[in-house]
Amino acid sequence: MTLDVFGFNPLTVLIFAPALGALLVLGVASLIPSKWIARWLSLGISVGIGVLATLVFFAYNREVPGYQMVTLGQWFPTIGSSWHLGIDGISAAMILLTGLLVPLAILISWEIEDRPAVHLALILFFQTGLMGVFVAVDLLIFFLFYELSLVPIYFLIKEWGGKNRQYASTKFFIYSIGGTLGMLLATQLIGLTAGTFDIEALTTFWPAFNPEGGLFLGADIQTVKALAFIGFLVAFCIKVPVWPFHTWLPDAHSEAPTAGSMLLAGVMLKLGAYGFIRLVVPLFPDVWVAEVSLLGIQATWAGVFAFLAMLGIVLGAFAAFGQNDIKRLVAYSSVNHMGFVAMGIAVMAAVYGEMYVNGLANNMQDAIIATNGAVMQMFNHGLSSAGMFLLAGAIYHKTHTRDMREYGGLWVKAPIYGGVFIFTSMASLGLPGLNGFVGEFLVVRGAWPVFTALTVISMIGLLFTGSYILKGIRAVLQGPFNLHWQDYDLEIERREFIAIAPLLVLMLITGLFPNWILPVINDTVTRIFASLG
Amino acid sequence: MINFSDPNFLPWLIPVGPLLAFVIIVLLTNRSRLVPATDRHEYGGHHPEYNGMLVPVVSPSSRVLSIVVGMSGAVAAWLMSWKVVFDALAVGTGTFGKSVFGSSVEWMALGDRPFTMGVLIDPLTIPLLFMVPLAVLMIFIYSIGYMAHDPRQARFFALISLFAGAMLTLVVADNLLLLFVGWEVMGLCSFMLIGFWFEKHSAYKAAVKAFTTTRVADVIMLLGIVYLYSQTGTLSFREILYNQEVLAQLAGTPALLFGGLGISASGLIGMFLIIGTVGKSAQFPLHVWLPDAMEGPTPVSAMIHAAAMVSAGVYAVIRMYPLFEAGGHPHAGEFTSPLLLMTFVGGFTALFAATIAIAQNDVKKVLAYSTISQLGFMVAALGIGAYIAATFHLITHAFFKALLFMASGSVIHAMEHGEHHVHEHGHGDHGHHGDHDEDYPVAPASIGGGRMELAYEAHDGHGHGHHHDEHGADHGEFDDVGGIGDEHGSHHPHDAHAHTQAHDHHFDPQDMMNMGGLKDRIPVTFITFVIGGLSLAGFPLITAGFWSKDEILADAWLGLTEGFGPQIFVFFILALAAFLTAFYTARQLCLTFLGEPRTEEAKHAGLGGPRSVISITMQLPLVILAVFALFAGFVGVPPDFPIFGALFSPEVNPFFEFVKYSLLVEIQPPKPPFSVWPVLTSFAVALGGLALGYWMYGRKPLTAGQPDPMIKILGPLYNVLKNKYYFDELYTIVFIRPSQAIARVTSDFIDRGIIDGILHFIARAANFIGDLLKVFNLWLIDGVGDGIPQGLGKLGERLKFLQTGRIQQYLLLIAVFALLIGLIFAAVSVGIAGN
Repeated sequence: MTLDVFGFNPLTVLIFAPALGALLVLGVASLIPSKWIARWLSLGISVGIGVLATLVFFAYNREVPGYQMVTLGQWFPTIGSSWHLGIDGISAAMILLTGLLVPLAILISWEIEDRPAVHLALILFFQTGLMGVFVAVDLLIFFLFYELSLVPIYFLIKEWGGKNRQYASTKFFIYSIGGTLGMLLATQLIGLTAGTFDIEALTTFWPAFNPEGGLFLGADIQTVKALAFIGFLVAFCIKVPVWPFHTWLPDAHSEAPTAGSMLLAGVMLKLGAYGFIRLVVPLFPDVWVAEVSLLGIQATWAGVFAFLAMLGIVLGAFAAFGQNDIKRLVAYSSVNHMGFVAMGIAVMAAVYGEMYVNGLANNMQDAIIATNGAVMQMFNHGLSSAGMFLLAGAIYHKTHTRDMREYGGLWVKAPIYGGVFIFTSMASLGLPGLNGFVGEFLVVRGAWPVFTALTVISMIGLLFTGSYILKGIRAVLQGPFNLHWQDYDLEIERREFIAIAPLLVLMLITGLFPNWILPVINDTVTRIFASLG
Repeated sequence: MINFSDPNFLPWLIPVGPLLAFVIIVLLTNRSRLVPATDRHEYGGHHPEYNGMLVPVVSPSSRVLSIVVGMSGAVAAWLMSWKVVFDALAVGTGTFGKSVFGSSVEWMALGDRPFTMGVLIDPLTIPLLFMVPLAVLMIFIYSIGYMAHDPRQARFFALISLFAGAMLTLVVADNLLLLFVGWEVMGLCSFMLIGFWFEKHSAYKAAVKAFTTTRVADVIMLLGIVYLYSQTGTLSFREILYNQEVLAQLAGTPALLFGGLGISASGLIGMFLIIGTVGKSAQFPLHVWLPDAMEGPTPVSAMIHAAAMVSAGVYAVIRMYPLFEAGGHPHAGEFTSPLLLMTFVGGFTALFAATIAIAQNDVKKVLAYSTISQLGFMVAALGIGAYIAATFHLITHAFFKALLFMASGSVIHAMEHGEHHVHEHGHGDHGHHGDHDEDYPVAPASIGGGRMELAYEAHDGHGHGHHHDEHGADHGEFDDVGGIGDEHGSHHPHDAHAHTQAHDHHFDPQDMMNMGGLKDRIPVTFITFVIGGLSLAGFPLITAGFWSKDEILADAWLGLTEGFGPQIFVFFILALAAFLTAFYTARQLCLTFLGEPRTEEAKHAGLGGPRSVISITMQLPLVILAVFALFAGFVGVPPDFPIFGALFSPEVNPFFEFVKYSLLVEIQPPKPPFSVWPVLTSFAVALGGLALGYWMYGRKPLTAGQPDPMIKILGPLYNVLKNKYYFDELYTIVFIRPSQAIARVTSDFIDRGIIDGILHFIARAANFIGDLLKVFNLWLIDGVGDGIPQGLGKLGERLKFLQTGRIQQYLLLIAVFALLIGLIFAAVSVGIAGN
């Protein structure tokens, strides 16, 4: 079976179809100024892309090593960059997530009355950027789409955001662009040195690169590698976000329109984590386990990263617990949950580095489990954070306040909303039996033998995950009904319910039977480690 | 095609019935219609009136259908469970255990060794599979009557179905992870059910408290699970616990943490897992959630305290016992750290909770503390290696405690009925009520005004729709981990409780001081309550509670004669706790049922006639459970016990001999030989406690307004007990307040203050540099003469607008920032390279 669409590689289509779709939406909207046409058209396009993404996921053969559905074309031959696309199990899962969430975000954006066509087109443009990152096998292409994805979401926040949108969008944009400056330099350095930007080629070339005399560009090669590493590290730390690079997130997420928040939390944060797994771990195995001395404490970079991950888990949970703004609470929950992703990556990096440098494979199974957990957590956080933002947006849309102290007892009048809210909250909390638990369990399991003490401290974060989730439930649903909302219709709308239903189903299925997706991830992860052993 | 009549596969279906019932009720039979909230018949009881706003109330058809669906699920689970039980019994004692029922599937692909998930039926599962579905079924029947007038009755049936499904999942699980799934889902259900009347302040607070307290333990338990998993590569019970090699390896490996203190891997894993149980089974110091959990509707209390959640905690430690025991031998006086932990926590809790129970006036709270205490018995028993005795007590306790909770619910229902009667028929004479406040000397002036409401609230437990005003009144004082209580009251302009202010009179249908003489009003409840109470007290020979408690004492005696410290501790502390148990049981029975009614409400208490649906559905389960509370103990009579041994266990103790084969032969506990001393002790404490209780409360029952004689006897100690040793207050100060403060510090000070502060500072600095350059340009171009004053003026002006978000300035600042970071890291790396 081939998935080519009109003779084009499906991955190429996944990149360009959203952008072309966006242009189509804009074009049609300028001819026929009907918001309903723009709405249905953009929904149709995104559903089509979602179907294609799903087909790609299921057509991916997990047992075949290497990238699949590869397309390799000329792009920038002078500097050795090529149009090289392909997917492995990890990107397949991310493509599925992106393909799934965008139509739901578009459906939620139907509530936008202000320039609806532009809003919807921007979401589709955004999808182009996201898809591009996940399917790129060329470092420059990766970087291109990584930066490209910022633009549409910046405008979504700036134009359709809440009261504080100017500050939030500017902070978000500067933070992200600024963070990638180092990465740009590092990309150039690595690519030009190797004469190619092909990620496959670079992962063998760059870690082994050791010019004669150990000097490169007049400096020690280890220093150059460490600097390049830091360039990538800062960029992706900001995106994940890893504590303390996270302060753009609560502002951006809470000020963004609902669809923007859904995609920001649901997919965009995963770009950073994906970057770590795809680039930083394979390119710098030796740097991860190199000793660094910070404030007099000797540690490895992986250890430092695990420490920051732990801080993200714990302080993210505490910060979420301290919020009274429902969207800020959900936003901080992302810091908390992505902390587990970072922890899984830290384990992966530590063990991968050890294996690369010393050939020690005794923690390999732990690292495989932790990496599986990190990717599962990426997928699961995509589902539950999108769901939570959808629900927060739904209640905000009706009450026009995000202050939870003004809610109270809404369950009385909105029983279905209440049930969905609790279900999604529990998925977010990591209730066993729902999706969130699988990733967290695997990460904790993998991290325990490698970073034992940090894992123990992370449990405080897990405890307070419960506290802030219950705080949300309690403030929104429980208590006596606040009679201020007596004449409001607070129940979840049919459209909102349709948008969240697929998420609910996937949360349950993934929780009960994670093996529908896990083998795809596991085979790739196992191969990554096996390639060293 | 899998053949589900095969006992290897049938266990998969056991939890499916209730789980499916949950799904069906949620999706299909949960229809509602809108009714004004002022309609006391449809929306009365536990709910505010909301100025007559329309509220959804379950429709009559959904009401019936959800009962039918819920009952079908419970019955299906019951039938399948018992089929499995009989299949296992047919295999035979001793044989079953070496061979077991079970099957599994690959659940997670992980590297080269997948994680498998499956079901396991072994000899330990059998008593639980016998008890749990039966208790669940009784609770379901009872709920039909108890929840008959609740506006959200379909939701209730959905939730208890999920609860039952989760409990059954836990019981049939073949690995610790699936057990943990059931464990946590039950935690969610308990949260939802304790807070079922979620409009009530005390109810949602109790729900949050229960969930949070147990979660403290659960995250530590999770560590135990991952440690065990990483140490052995599996979580399957059979592969770990029925495998001497694995156990020996675990016992021989030093722990990753505290290994230097001589703790082995199995020791640390064991302690982590035990802490999970300390939370779930409400052992000291995580016991505080359970008494508050009484806020839920009474069937929930029975579910939580008997059939499910707290039993699950004890079941988990019994299940994992071989791991705790690994490296030690309690019957030879060799104790491992997990065993000692259980001994002391369990023993202390048993006594500690019993002392609190003697000073409680709320009919359900007495039972709550008694539950904590009885669970302590089981944990302590397990600590000294009395594996079978702990299991046995778990089963008998489940029967009589479910009975007691439901009987107390029946009492409460009857009291509420009496209250309605009084209201409707205008018996306005509540003069004696004022006097009653003397009975609540709970608010010592030293603690201040805030305590007063609290004290009241403790009595208001069940709540009767009249006290929603608490919401505004005592916010903050006790506000829990929800964390927004402080703000909630004050920033809440639209609170919904003005309408309730009219009710200045608080009648508490759960306060035993308001009861008295109920034996004539609700005779069936009375008799069954007495049976349950006697069983709890361990009334000799004819109650189940006696046999299981006696077995614990017998086992402890065995070690005591050898001079082993833990056994000596357990024997005496449990004997003392058992004495107090008998005493407070007698007190409760006398206060509730004997003498003359102490209030008008008690005089009119009733269940609406012997043939009403409520009366039948609420009393039939009591009768059935009473049978088990009396006779369930006869399956475990020691064969060498005089007369009864010959009668019920002519050859061997059937329960003991059957269940012990869930353990490897090497670690099976020895059967304690019959000794007269522990039996005499059992007799003495049970009869002595009951007699003392009767002497104080039954000989001359209290009359209306008469203070509890305990107040005089115990003096100031009474208040300490009454207030549960002030643990709630302590935790509020030590844990809850600080964590709220840390939360605020994290978000306001660290994130907004420090991190954003640094960013903003750099932004300002960059702005300043940018402006300076501009000024410099101006100065060059415009010349020195007018340039300087102008430029300075502009600079001053610009300084005022430093925070404008101009992109190019921010860009510059980020560049500077990145450069700084780069330089720092470069310096660090050069330092490394230099080494």
